[in-house]
Amino acid sequence: MSNTITKNLKTDEMILNMGPQHPSTHGVLRVELKLDGEKIIEAEPHIGYLHRCFEKHCEALTYPQIIPYVDRLDYLASMNNEFGFVLAVEKLLKIEIPERVEYIRVITGELQRIASHLVALGTFGLDVGAFTPFLFTFRDREKILNLFEITCGARLLYNYHWVGGVSHDLHPDFLRLTKEFIDYFRPKVEELNGLLSYNKIFIERTANIGVIPVDVAINYGVSGPSLRGSGIKWDIRKNDPYSIYNKFDFDIPVGQGLAGTLGDCWDRYFVRVLEIEQSLRILEQAIAQIPEGDVTSAIPKRVKPNEGISYARVENPKGELGFFIVSKGGVQPMRVKVRAPSFVNLSVFPEIAPGHMVSDVVAILGSLDIVLGEIDR
Amino acid sequence: MTTIFNVWDFLLILLYAIIPLAYIIPFALMAVYAERKISAWIQNRVGPNRTGPIGLFQTTADILKLMQKEDIVANGADKKLFLLAPIVVFIGSYAAYAALPFTSVYIGTNINLGVLYMVAISGFVVAGIIFAGWASDNKYSIMGSLRSAAQLVSYEIPTLFVIISIFAITQQFNLRELSEMQTSNILNWGIFGFDGLGYKRILLIPVLFVLMIILFISTLAEVNRTPFDLPEAESELVAGFHTEYSGMKFALFFLSEYANMFAVSGLVTAFFLGGYQSPFGYLGNLLGLSWLVPIEQVLWFLTKGILLVCVQIWMRWSLPRLRMDQLMRVCWKYLIPIGFVCFIYITIVMYL
Repeated sequence: MSNTITKNLKTDEMILNMGPQHPSTHGVLRVELKLDGEKIIEAEPHIGYLHRCFEKHCEALTYPQIIPYVDRLDYLASMNNEFGFVLAVEKLLKIEIPERVEYIRVITGELQRIASHLVALGTFGLDVGAFTPFLFTFRDREKILNLFEITCGARLLYNYHWVGGVSHDLHPDFLRLTKEFIDYFRPKVEELNGLLSYNKIFIERTANIGVIPVDVAINYGVSGPSLRGSGIKWDIRKNDPYSIYNKFDFDIPVGQGLAGTLGDCWDRYFVRVLEIEQSLRILEQAIAQIPEGDVTSAIPKRVKPNEGISYARVENPKGELGFFIVSKGGVQPMRVKVRAPSFVNLSVFPEIAPGHMVSDVVAILGSLDIVLGEIDR
Repeated sequence: MTTIFNVWDFLLILLYAIIPLAYIIPFALMAVYAERKISAWIQNRVGPNRTGPIGLFQTTADILKLMQKEDIVANGADKKLFLLAPIVVFIGSYAAYAALPFTSVYIGTNINLGVLYMVAISGFVVAGIIFAGWASDNKYSIMGSLRSAAQLVSYEIPTLFVIISIFAITQQFNLRELSEMQTSNILNWGIFGFDGLGYKRILLIPVLFVLMIILFISTLAEVNRTPFDLPEAESELVAGFHTEYSGMKFALFFLSEYANMFAVSGLVTAFFLGGYQSPFGYLGNLLGLSWLVPIEQVLWFLTKGILLVCVQIWMRWSLPRLRMDQLMRVCWKYLIPIGFVCFIYITIVMYL
């Protein structure tokens, strides 16, 4: 009886275009979903709505001019982007960096990592319907942005890391304020855990959802917290230390499948929470050890590297960010290629989304923590 | 006996009908304000504070803005249904006020099946929501309205289990009589077993607590509030069934949501929290001013209802949202079996 009904009833799959204007696609991402009821059969992300020809632009700009554009890649982690780019250029130039500059870069980079993770955690909460943690994380992020503001005047797009140095020395109060921030912020992580991480409904929504198995994660080149959420201990800061990261003592948190399966949304979320604590540890050590010195002495008058290629990769909050620069000896690079972590991480989405429900799409996207500025470039 | 149409009767009916409306609109305005202010306190924000003293006129200004807005009807929309939907939704929530026992003196229509009437009429809202989803010609709207239909129909069952459990105790479907049974002091409230049951009350109290929680949860789901706000889940479905609505039509949806919030709170109050009864005696009785008693009753009823609304607001701003299958699981795997067991238990206790 029921068979005849279903036979005669015409059912069809529904195509739902999620985005580019949608509250939780984290920017202008369009996901084309093929739905059977609420179940996803196929998901295909369409990107390019924020394409600004970054790589082509670079070919017409001098190296220092590129840095402000680099800021706008992953606009939530500008410091880390600059870090990667100046490292690549410095490799081309083969210049030595004063130690104080290295410390400043690490301090700003780790502060930025915390800020970026706070946005990731907050918006992830927002995606699954918890509004309040979002405001709480933004309140704390604001404190970090204030620190950046006294450092270089900008709150979001800094142009602070320069080739060979940083644009300004730290503000005299910076280290004291950063210390105060660390003391203030530690309990707030616990607050976030109580409000969101261990919330029963939140765990129900995120555990066993969007599981990225280890082999899939590696095959797709997933990196950053999304990779570590699958239980792989891979962090450029440890595995291929750049700058002075080998001087610090910190751990690489990995997902353990505490709430459900290893590599689910909750694991990716919780890796970020744990990474905040590790960043705080690095900050404490860096503040204690930072030497005095001139920060602008090594900045070359004219950035004109010899012919050659260089590749530098850094551990961004979103994953592994790489800059590949080809120089033909002029003041402008011949080619700049960016290995954007969000772009690569998003590629795993069509693999893990099918079989889940529409509500899970936003959870998975939120847990991958993509930034469209970096994907589209 | 046949009566000719009487103008005075008609005016009286009109008056009775207008009283809830005169309450709903200011209540909704204040509830939206309260929602914003409470959420601001929860989230370390200031909240509205510019329009009028401490921002009190913010929602009034918002409504004025909504009235001036262009009334957009999408091209592919089914125009008639599209226009009808907000009205149907509002009627559903407005009509529920007819049976709410504000005092022993005023009750819109004192029908004997008041409880069932309220459940039935709030089921009317589903129709409006489905109209809205279907007529909008928008995939998000359709998904929102289908979710809503499934959710509302499912959650009516635990509500009804609570209602028949209470009926087994009180033999009463009349909301005023129910409130009258919870008279004189707090220990006679529904949650502590009703008046005049003797030793059985001790056996009933734990179950009544459970039933109150079931009723609160399922009414929360029926008015689409977090954690059950899937039909309008903004991070998934943009705005669910009212995605395509703007201007006054949207305001009507908004209004009926807040009207509904109070209506279901009133239902919980009438069942378990003494209805319009004071938790201790009345000042009016003490002073010998009999006209003061109904006024006190209104105040008590509003206080209890608004407190429950505040709990709803509080929950909305602290909890994430469930997924559709989890929502159904909560209903069919937990609330309904627990409600059923409670009902059986109560019938046995009452039979003793």
